[in-house]
Amino acid sequence: MGLLFIFVEMEITKKLAHKNKMVMAIIVIVFLGYNFFIYTQEPPIEAQKMSELAILGEKIYQDNNCTACHQFYGLGGYLGPDLTNVISAEGKGSMYVKAFLNSGVKTMPQFNFSEEEKEALVAFLEAVDETGHYPIYEAAQNFGWVSIKYKK
Amino acid sequence: MNQKIPFLFLLLGLSALLLGAFFGVLITLQYIYPEFLKETLAFNRLREFHVSTLIGWLILTATGGIYYYISKVLNVPLYSKKLMTIQFSILLICSIAIYFSFLFGKMGGREYLTYHPIISFPILIAWIVFAINYFKTLVGKIQNWPVYLWMWGTGIVFMIYHFSEAHLWLIPSIRENFIRDITVQWKSYGSFVGSWNMLIYGTAIFLMSKIKNENTVGRGKVAFFFYFLGLSNLMFGWAHHTYFIPTQPWIRIVAYAMSMSEWIIFLSIIISWKKSLNQQDKIKGNFAYKFLLATDFWVFVNLFIALLISIPYINLFTHGTHITVAHSMGTTIGINTTILLASAMFIAYKENAKIIESNTKIIKLGYWLFNVALVGFLTMLMLGGVARSKWIFLSDKATSFGEMQTSIQPLIVVFLFFGVVLFIGLLFISIPLIKVFLNKVRKEKSL
Ligand code: HEC
Repeated sequence: MGLLFIFVEMEITKKLAHKNKMVMAIIVIVFLGYNFFIYTQEPPIEAQKMSELAILGEKIYQDNNCTACHQFYGLGGYLGPDLTNVISAEGKGSMYVKAFLNSGVKTMPQFNFSEEEKEALVAFLEAVDETGHYPIYEAAQNFGWVSIKYKK
Repeated sequence: MNQKIPFLFLLLGLSALLLGAFFGVLITLQYIYPEFLKETLAFNRLREFHVSTLIGWLILTATGGIYYYISKVLNVPLYSKKLMTIQFSILLICSIAIYFSFLFGKMGGREYLTYHPIISFPILIAWIVFAINYFKTLVGKIQNWPVYLWMWGTGIVFMIYHFSEAHLWLIPSIRENFIRDITVQWKSYGSFVGSWNMLIYGTAIFLMSKIKNENTVGRGKVAFFFYFLGLSNLMFGWAHHTYFIPTQPWIRIVAYAMSMSEWIIFLSIIISWKKSLNQQDKIKGNFAYKFLLATDFWVFVNLFIALLISIPYINLFTHGTHITVAHSMGTTIGINTTILLASAMFIAYKENAKIIESNTKIIKLGYWLFNVALVGFLTMLMLGGVARSKWIFLSDKATSFGEMQTSIQPLIVVFLFFGVVLFIGLLFISIPLIKVFLNKVRKEKSL
C-alpha cells in the first residue's frame, strides 16, 4: 500500500514537472513575440527621426549624466525639474536653456559647454519636446485608466 | 568542500552594503547643502557611486549565497570552481573600473548603468559564465527542481537577456526613434530588477524550506503558480513605468492588466499571514527567520504601495516624484536587503554560530534600528513626493522649481536623520557577519 502511494506521488510530481515545462515554453514564446513588437513599434505620432546633431546632444547628456537630476516623461533623478517640454514651455525655450547650461545655479554643476555643445543639447531637447506632452494636465480617466494626449 | 569564493562574494557584498549606504548619506548632504563636494564630486557622479554600489550588494550577495547553498547545503558538487573564480574576478575588476569611471567623470552610460558602457561587456561575460556553471551543475543532478532552483535559473537567464536589452540604444536604428528607445530602456530596467528579484526571492523560499525543514515548501502547485505569475510580471509588467510615454496604447493596457494580477499575491499574503505567525515560536531566536519576518512585513507594505501606484490614474500623480523613490527604496531595502541579510545570517550561523551568538544583543539592536528607521525614511520620501506632486499639478506656474525644493528641505533633513540611523543599524548587523566570513576566508585553503 505504502509503495503504491509513493509510486502515485512520484507520478504526480513528474506530471507537474512536465506541465511546468509546457507552461514555461508557452510564456517564453509569447514573450518573444511581444518583444518583437516592442522593438519595432511605430509610436502613434509623427516625430522625426533624431538628427545627427540631436544624437550628439543626447551623447553629451549621457556623458554628463544629466539624468541624475533631470527626467524625461518623469523618468530619471529628482533633484532637478523634468525637461520633456522645456523647449515649448511658456517663457522658456532654446535661448533660456542655453543660458541655463553653464550657469551652475543651485545644485546644478558648473558646466563649461562650448557653443557647439550647447547647440547639440538644444537640438536634442527639441527632438524630445516634439515627441509628446509631460506632465499630463488634461488626462481623461476611466476605471483608473488614463488616456493620454498625443502630439499630432 | 573547501572554498573561499562564496565567502568572498558575501564579503564584497556586505562591504558594498555599508559603503553604498554611506554614499547615500553623502548625496543626501548634497541635497541639503548644494555646495557640498560640488567642485570635487558633484551629485551627477556621487549619486552613481551610491546606486551602483548598492546594486553590487544585491547581486554579489545573492550570487555568493546561491553558490554556497548549491555546494554546501544541497551538496551538489560545482561543475567548475574555476568558472566561479573567473566570475568573481571579472566582477571585482569591473567594480573597480566602474569606480574609476565615476571618479574621472568618464561616464556615458544611462540611468542605473551610468558608467562607461564598455564595462558592461565583461559584466555580461560574467553572467554568461554564471549561467554555464549553474546549469552544468544542476541539470540532471536533482530530480523535479523545487521552485527556488527554477527561480535562480530564470533569474540568471533573464538577467543576461535584459542586461543586454538595456544596451540596445548602442544600435543607431533604436536610438534614432526617441519614443521607442526610451520605452525599451525602461522595459529593460523593470525586467532586470525582476531578474534579480528572482535570484533573491528564490533565496527567500530556499531559506524558508530549510529553516522550517520542510522539503514540501517550493514543490507544490501553488508555489509554481506564483512563480509563473511572478515570471509573467517580470516579462510584461514593466510598462507601468511608462504609462505616460506616448507609445501604442495596447502596450500600456497590457501593463495595467499584468500589474493588477499582483493583487492575487497580495491577498494570498493576508490569508497565509496567520499561518506563518503560528510557526514563529518554534524558531525563536533564529536571526535568519527574524529577518524573513521583517521581509514579510515589508512585502506587505510595499506591495500595497506598488499596487496603488500601478493604477494609471494614481500613477499620473505619483510618477516622477519621490513616491516612486519610496517604492524603489522600499523594495530594495525593505525586501531585498532583509532577505539577503537573512541569507547571510543563515550561512554565518552554520559556519560559526559562536560569533553570531556572542553578538546577539548588538544584532538585535541593529535589527530594530534598521526597521524603525526605514519606516521614517520611507515616510519622508512619500511626503516629499506629495509636495512635488502638488507643485506639478496644483501650484500656479509662478512657483519655481527652486522654491518648491526649498520648501521640502525640512523633510530632507529628517530623511537624513533616518538615513544615518539606518546606516548605523546596518553596521551593527553587518560587522559580526563580516567577522565570520573573514575568518572563513583566512582558514579556507583552496579557492
Ligand atoms: C546635480 C543636479 C543637476 C545636474 C547633474 C544637471 N542639472 Fe540641470 N538643473 C538642476 C536644478 C536643481 C535645476 C533647477 C534650478 C532652479 O530652477 O533653481 C536645473 C535646471 C535646468 C534647466 C532649466 C529647466 C527649467 O525648466 O527651468 C535645464 C534646461 C537644465 N537644467 C539642463 C541640464 C542639462 C542639459 C544637464 C546635463 C548637462 C543638467 N541640467 C545637469 C540640477 C541639475
